[in-house]
Amino acid sequence: MAILINAQAVSAPDDPRVSLLDLLREQLHLTGTKKGCNQGACGACTVLVDGERVLSCLALAVQYDGRQVTTVEGLGAPGDLHPLQAAFVEHDGFQCGYCTPGQICSAIGMAAEARRGVPSHVSPDLEADAVDLTAEEVRERMSGNLCRCGAYNGIVASIQEIFGEAAQ
Amino acid sequence: MTPFAFSRVASADEAVRLGALPGAKYLGGGTNLVDLMRETLERPTSVVDVTGLSSDIGETDDGGLSLGAAARNTAVAEHRLVRRRYPLLSRAILSGASGQIRNMATVGGNLLQRTRCAYFYDDDGARCNKRAPGQGCDAVGGFNRIHAVLGASEACVATHPSDMCVALTALDAQVHLRGQDGGRTVPMVDFHRLPEDRPEIDTVLRPGELITHVSLPPPLAGRSAYRKVRDRASFAFALISIGAVLTVEDDRVADVRLALGGVAHKPWRAFKAEAALRGGPATEAAFGAAAEAELADARPLEHNAFKIELAKRTMVAVLGELAKGQAS
Repeated sequence: MAILINAQAVSAPDDPRVSLLDLLREQLHLTGTKKGCNQGACGACTVLVDGERVLSCLALAVQYDGRQVTTVEGLGAPGDLHPLQAAFVEHDGFQCGYCTPGQICSAIGMAAEARRGVPSHVSPDLEADAVDLTAEEVRERMSGNLCRCGAYNGIVASIQEIFGEAAQ
Repeated sequence: MTPFAFSRVASADEAVRLGALPGAKYLGGGTNLVDLMRETLERPTSVVDVTGLSSDIGETDDGGLSLGAAARNTAVAEHRLVRRRYPLLSRAILSGASGQIRNMATVGGNLLQRTRCAYFYDDDGARCNKRAPGQGCDAVGGFNRIHAVLGASEACVATHPSDMCVALTALDAQVHLRGQDGGRTVPMVDFHRLPEDRPEIDTVLRPGELITHVSLPPPLAGRSAYRKVRDRASFAFALISIGAVLTVEDDRVADVRLALGGVAHKPWRAFKAEAALRGGPATEAAFGAAAEAELADARPLEHNAFKIELAKRTMVAVLGELAKGQAS
């Protein structure tokens, strides 16, 4: 078995203590994924596993054997940005950029959740089939990603441009 | 992190066999245990990954619902039957943690999460009876704004951090366990312990016992709500929370279930308030009297007396909203 990281098969580490985050950064040199708090509080390490957003700092890499991991490097590249990355540039969705890869991965996972009708704490109707990604919904659903530069307005605008009602 | 042996299991029998070994720990989504292992507050010598065991969510023969222990929090909150029949459970889960954490965290792991008391985490700088039995408690005389007001002891004033467990407690859930000697079922209200003089023991789980699933009885009539009061609007633990189900018939309380979070070492089922309300008038005065009855034994620490008033007011507000629309 192997972990499929950005479509490349990687052996799970021999030492089970290695987090998915450290595997990405230290062994594969995929340094787009950032280590912020390393305790699940900041969201900078967010990656997609089988399309679901998770925190790679709280993930033991061995637990993810056989799964597909997508990091920010698997979403876009210089000159070939993911549409959400381009929107972050357009809307000033970052200043220092440290939280940005986590924000991008988290937003893509979040949009998939909204598309399949997962409600949030602020959704008025628990049983609604569709979620309209209003600013309030985006803020609640993205609350696991901190931005210490405070670029939240730009982040919300970027996400709404790509995944909001107008984009559907 | 202290070194450990890792295994991934495909059956509950295999899990229980490995889980019986000294120093073994079951691992779910890792959102709490991995963090505690990194802080070396937990030092298992073997870790048994049980996320491959049942994550099924489905109706039971009696019209209730079964939740596999490996079901992720998001999967439970978004499940059609949960949203329709147990909206309280969906609401409670969605008010907790972040989207990423809910995608990782499991039902079993949510039940077994440890307290978020800062003194428990502060291995180098603070004494804690839960972390090191007999050491003493620095929270009692320390900064204890988030700590317990009900059921605490001199040894420990920590609170249980879960939102999901408050809903499960209000909904009369049952916790299904498997050990080497077979299975047993524990009511959710009895699953977590009060600290007494053994705060290092959070639950009634026996060594090596595995949570296989949680079941809910058929849904109650009436309306439900989960209200969480916290320091910021999202991604924060509860100062206090309330899970409530209320049925009003002819302006009287036909049935009521109430549980509080953030106030005690365990999700706090408000049996006194329920008894005061059942059969009585569904009025604000009655709700207030019930809240007074439940909090009568509350004991504040230096910084958390506000929780007592907050719990009362929130209870009255939630019951008032639930009663509205059921008035004759």
